[in-house]
Amino acid sequence: MTSYLDHAATTPMHPRALEAMVAELGRTGNASSLHDAGRAARRVVEESRELLGARLGARPSEVILTSGGTEADNLAVKGLFWARHAADPRRRRVLVSAVEHHAVLDPAVWLAERDAELVLLPVDEAGLLDLAALRRELEEHGDEVALISVMWANNEIGTVQPVRAVVDAAAPYGIPVHADAVQAVGQLEVDFGASGLDAMTVSAHKVGGPLGVGALVARRGLGLVPVLHGGGQERGVRSGTLDVPGARSFAVAVDAAVEARPVEAERLAGLRDRLVAAVRASVPDAVLRGPAQAADGSARLPGNVHFTFPGCEGDSLLYLLDSKGVQCSTGSACRAGVPQPSHVLLACGVPEDDARGALRFSLGRTTRESDVDALLDALPDVVARARAAGLASA
Amino acid sequence: MRVLAALSGGVDSAVAAARAVDAGHDVVGVHMALSRDRAEFRTGSRGCCSIEDAGDARRAADVLGIPYYVWDLSERFEQTVVADFLAEYEAGRTPNPCVRCNEHIKFEALLDKAVALGFDAVCTGHYARIELRAEGARRLHRAADAAKDQSYVLAVMGPERLARAMFPLGEVVSKEVVRAEAEARGLGVSAKPDSYDICFVADGDTQGFLRSHLGSRPGDVVDTEGTVVGRHDGAYAYTVGQRKGLALGRPAPDGRPRYVLDVQPVTNTVVVGAAELLTVTGVQGDRAVWFEQPGAGWFDCSVQVRAHGAAVPAQALATGPASADVEVRLHEGLRGLAPGQSMVLYAGSQVLGQATVTASSR
Repeated sequence: MTSYLDHAATTPMHPRALEAMVAELGRTGNASSLHDAGRAARRVVEESRELLGARLGARPSEVILTSGGTEADNLAVKGLFWARHAADPRRRRVLVSAVEHHAVLDPAVWLAERDAELVLLPVDEAGLLDLAALRRELEEHGDEVALISVMWANNEIGTVQPVRAVVDAAAPYGIPVHADAVQAVGQLEVDFGASGLDAMTVSAHKVGGPLGVGALVARRGLGLVPVLHGGGQERGVRSGTLDVPGARSFAVAVDAAVEARPVEAERLAGLRDRLVAAVRASVPDAVLRGPAQAADGSARLPGNVHFTFPGCEGDSLLYLLDSKGVQCSTGSACRAGVPQPSHVLLACGVPEDDARGALRFSLGRTTRESDVDALLDALPDVVARARAAGLASA
Repeated sequence: MRVLAALSGGVDSAVAAARAVDAGHDVVGVHMALSRDRAEFRTGSRGCCSIEDAGDARRAADVLGIPYYVWDLSERFEQTVVADFLAEYEAGRTPNPCVRCNEHIKFEALLDKAVALGFDAVCTGHYARIELRAEGARRLHRAADAAKDQSYVLAVMGPERLARAMFPLGEVVSKEVVRAEAEARGLGVSAKPDSYDICFVADGDTQGFLRSHLGSRPGDVVDTEGTVVGRHDGAYAYTVGQRKGLALGRPAPDGRPRYVLDVQPVTNTVVVGAAELLTVTGVQGDRAVWFEQPGAGWFDCSVQVRAHGAAVPAQALATGPASADVEVRLHEGLRGLAPGQSMVLYAGSQVLGQATVTASSR
């Protein structure tokens, strides 16, 4: 009996998405071929694109299918920078929040090792973007900014960012704004058109679709230099034979997740709040990271819980919970399996020693009360033991 | 028993873990990350700390069907093994980092953490035997395969830590047996070459590593009369017994090769002289660790001072509080003994104790 509390890493496929995937895998047809089989495949892709657009508040032509969130983020950051910098070489500044996912942060750092200048926008202790700092930056350097990328919701500590305010701040300068919405879809209301964003990243496997599929939703007319060159698929911005089963399954998953969202988000928020209260009761010195629970729950993703446990190491906690069948995450990026102190927590001002004792519990479609119960049963002993181990190896 | 199998990514630790699984233990595999910046450490098959090694360790755990984790012990490794390595060389001594790693990392940081997390033992791929005595006591012995024996670098752990150690390869008669067993078990690391060098010296250039961390400190090379016969770039980079890399401008008067006899950190001086001056018969050591509590008088033993050196017959005397100091009279002269080296005292195959060399005499 295991309890899977790592839905932000990946979540089980929705049965309808799995069924759609398997059905399409059995068919032959390159969506770029001109014969009947090709046309049939193309039809599946375009219907999927229409469904994705409808569920995400975008026009079908705005949906550029990719191999996942990382590729979409790379296309947004590099593609926007290259296009904007080529149009006006003064535009060297790349503005990204300090708590971005590595798929945004690392392309920005990579650009800064070449032509760009990286500007990390600060956040407060809850991980919320410092809008005043953004506005100051724009007042001083508005003409030199190539793009702004601020995630819709944070994958580690669940902070929901003021995307609308970022868009409004950027508008007078005509600066394109990208948001990584990988964690937001299915948990928050995500309407690309209403958001005012120029580009937005979504991923299939975080919402019940297959691994290896995602999309960059990009406003029509947005200048994007391709990262992948080849056969000119996807408006010439993303070459590569179209992944028909992936597109279909992705669309079905997004459809199901968006349809279920109003009820599901409320259910997850209820589980989340119970989990947070119970952890605080059983481990009084545990520190909830990210936004405090707002009355309407709007500041934090409904499925995200993130604590640091003083005196414990995240890898000890993770091992002990894993051995009791409770699967969660230290919440941070790994290099060769080594949890690094999270750049998100450090950006929130959490000391490195505290950041080592981080655990993220993320809830999703298949999470039940019993999963939360299993965690709460195991946690007091696990924390006590991890604390002893932390002292032993300090 | 709940056993933590340390998986380096090499063939020995993988087979050791497999034998622990076969013995019916509840085994969990752990790979130790010893460098924060893994690019610093050697890549490929020569060390035990590369990303490739971590991947090999993971695959071994997959094949054995055991859980696998990476534990970050890089800070402790830096603070103990690497810092000690630099400090010892800087003080004119010759450290053995593998001994320090066994002392501070594998059988202290890793073992303590494992015990705190509920494990009963730590299993490694070391070649050494553990003798179980009737009264529950344990003794460390040389491995069945003398060529692979690693009791020399393990003796530092002492008897309490040995009680939590498990060396399933101690009885193996040759490395080929281990490779064949790995092959038969479908462990992909069966043909991986052995590691030899210091894992944190990325290119095997110890002198370059020391220079980059300790800086250039030019000084004199003198002969036993005190005559300056050359210059050096930092006395710390020299080891007693060393012949190569002295770059002495003129040959010795008698035309015979010269060796480093002494490294004097305070005056930053390297002393060189003839080979016979290197031979010592008296050795002093401190920080002794005993598996067999020594008596009050001199006792017979054999003494080994290098990981791959032979043991020579000797008599030893334990002195000082807690028998922490050792005096040794060698029945045969040993050449090129440097302060900082570990010496391990044996009775036959059994480890009696170990100490760190502080001084020697002819």
